Amino acid sequence: MSSFLEVKNLSVAFPTEDGIVQATNEVTFSVDLGQTLAIVGESGSGKSVSNLAIMGLHNPKSTRISGQAIFNLESGPIDVLTAPTETVRKMRGSTMSMIFQDPMSSLHPFFTIGNQIAESWLLHNEGGKKEARARAIEMLDLVGIPSADRRVDDYPHQFSGGMRQRAMIAMALVNNPKLLIADEPTTALDVTIQAQIIELIKQVQKEFNMAVILITHDLGVVAEVADHINVMYAGRLVETGPVDDVFYNSDHPYTRGLLNSIPRVDSFHGGRLSTIPGQPPSLIHLPNGCSFQPRCSYAKHVFGNKCEISMPELSQKAANHLARCHLSEAEIISATKAGA
Amino acid sequence: MFKYVSRRLAYAIFLLFLLSIVVYLIFGLLPIDPARISCGVHCSPATVLGNRHRLGLDVPLYEQWWRFICGIFAGRTYGDGAAQFTCPAPSLGYSFPHNECVTNVIAGAFPFTLSLAIGAFILWMTIGVSFGIIAARFRGTFIDKAATAFVLIGSSLPTFIVGLLVYIAAFLMHWIDPISQGLWVSPFSDPFGFFKNFIFPWITLALAFAAIYTRLTRGNVIETSSEDFIRTARAKGVSERRILIKHNLRTSLAPLVTNAGLDFGGLLGGAIITESIFQLPGLGMISLKAVLHDYDLPLIMGTTLVAATFIILFNLIVDLAYAYLDPRVRIA
Repeated sequence: MSSFLEVKNLSVAFPTEDGIVQATNEVTFSVDLGQTLAIVGESGSGKSVSNLAIMGLHNPKSTRISGQAIFNLESGPIDVLTAPTETVRKMRGSTMSMIFQDPMSSLHPFFTIGNQIAESWLLHNEGGKKEARARAIEMLDLVGIPSADRRVDDYPHQFSGGMRQRAMIAMALVNNPKLLIADEPTTALDVTIQAQIIELIKQVQKEFNMAVILITHDLGVVAEVADHINVMYAGRLVETGPVDDVFYNSDHPYTRGLLNSIPRVDSFHGGRLSTIPGQPPSLIHLPNGCSFQPRCSYAKHVFGNKCEISMPELSQKAANHLARCHLSEAEIISATKAGA
Repeated sequence: MFKYVSRRLAYAIFLLFLLSIVVYLIFGLLPIDPARISCGVHCSPATVLGNRHRLGLDVPLYEQWWRFICGIFAGRTYGDGAAQFTCPAPSLGYSFPHNECVTNVIAGAFPFTLSLAIGAFILWMTIGVSFGIIAARFRGTFIDKAATAFVLIGSSLPTFIVGLLVYIAAFLMHWIDPISQGLWVSPFSDPFGFFKNFIFPWITLALAFAAIYTRLTRGNVIETSSEDFIRTARAKGVSERRILIKHNLRTSLAPLVTNAGLDFGGLLGGAIITESIFQLPGLGMISLKAVLHDYDLPLIMGTTLVAATFIILFNLIVDLAYAYLDPRVRIA
């Protein structure tokens, strides 16, 4: 039984004057209808880049993409990385939709909200403007815009940030997509609004039975909505598994570091927030061996200098739970106790 | 909206009023006596006095100014007895070197300036916008580099050089008849003659503007193409062609309306170099002659006010047009 979306060995590279930026390196994952996959990692870890590749939104002239991203549709499987651009274009906005980080700049300032939602509907459906407008109102209502029939004629600048993100979601959902990619949908919003938007995404996912890929920095959001989590570091997948497993039995030092750096109200350890030392590596000149090794406090627990020599494989640490580390789960736990 | 426009118009009138005061003050400071100039080389003091009286220059400056203002609304009568003559409202004074009311002189020159401005405007907007879009669309290719070269050459060549080159080319092609060049040919009665008269001045005037507008358009289109809302359009499945035409150009070209309106408004005050090279007696050329040769203060006053009026008027038009194009600009 294959998943709805299967991404295999996806690599995205940008040739630049200084060398090739390997933004995403051999990433493999899958996501099924009704499932939410969270992708977390620092800026520049390849989260957005891999998903823009799935959407076909990279400029082909300046990007090198390899691997597969197969949509198992009722009409048969389609690999969007090799399919004709016209086929992928028609899938965008209908089969797969994306919402972005900054709802302030993601809507066209010169067209009304209704016009922009209607455009998306008209592109993928047979029908007139009247029908499209009715559909836009319906969608705005669905995402919780009050008096949608009046607000449909408003321009984006007349909407607040949270409402704009709701409108973006309405636009993304107008053609009943099977996959919704949300690229940091709450980063630019107020904390109180963030919760509402996440709640909305959860709600529409149930209603539309979509596969959702949620790209985020916010591990709190992940815990709340995701079923499965992919942790990325320097373009590679470093840990993947069901959310609870990854949160409570992290098998990669980087994931442990990320979880430890969340500020907590309930445990006050003398004031200092724990951080991961060092900087993310340059994607042109990755360190030898494991990319995380220069920043890793667990490396000293690995026999010899294995971390500096070989890049660990993504290997099974528990059922359904893989991590890219030379240490086993038991070794990581004991190293943590030893104060790594 | 009505309130806004009427407020802006009132402000414009106030501005013109101020401008007329400034111009009169400058005239008052100039060591030039129009009465002396108007009566030629051999001139008795009595004639100068007579002329001064006829021209209304024998009263204090503020009263001259007041008569000028009144003349705009009520017309103005000069001299007395048999030598009396009237410039009907709106009178901008009387030009001695032209022996005519300033309003009539300007009305005679304006068709040249207007024809020159409109034709050049159409030419440079067409060339500039289309070159700019094409260059942006084929960014980095040979086409883009050719457009950049055009921008560089067009904007760095001074108008008088361009004008002379065009003039020579036209002359060699026997398209220009130096004798009939300065005569007004109506575009309605003789479209071909009109076109023949103006095509080379249009090219001359339009070249530099076309280069500037190519650069502006190219820059705006490229800048807009990296906007988030363009990525959103792409994510919706909009085709590249439609993204350019609907989503990109709308935002890229709106700021050009400001430039275009102000440039066009400015040109309605006269294009001195182009008009002079092609001997077109438009506002630019008569102003130049009035300043350099005739010391024709009333005419300078008139052309200054006319030019200023156009600039102020087009400022208003541009603001209204921009508010129409960009919904974020609300007129309160």
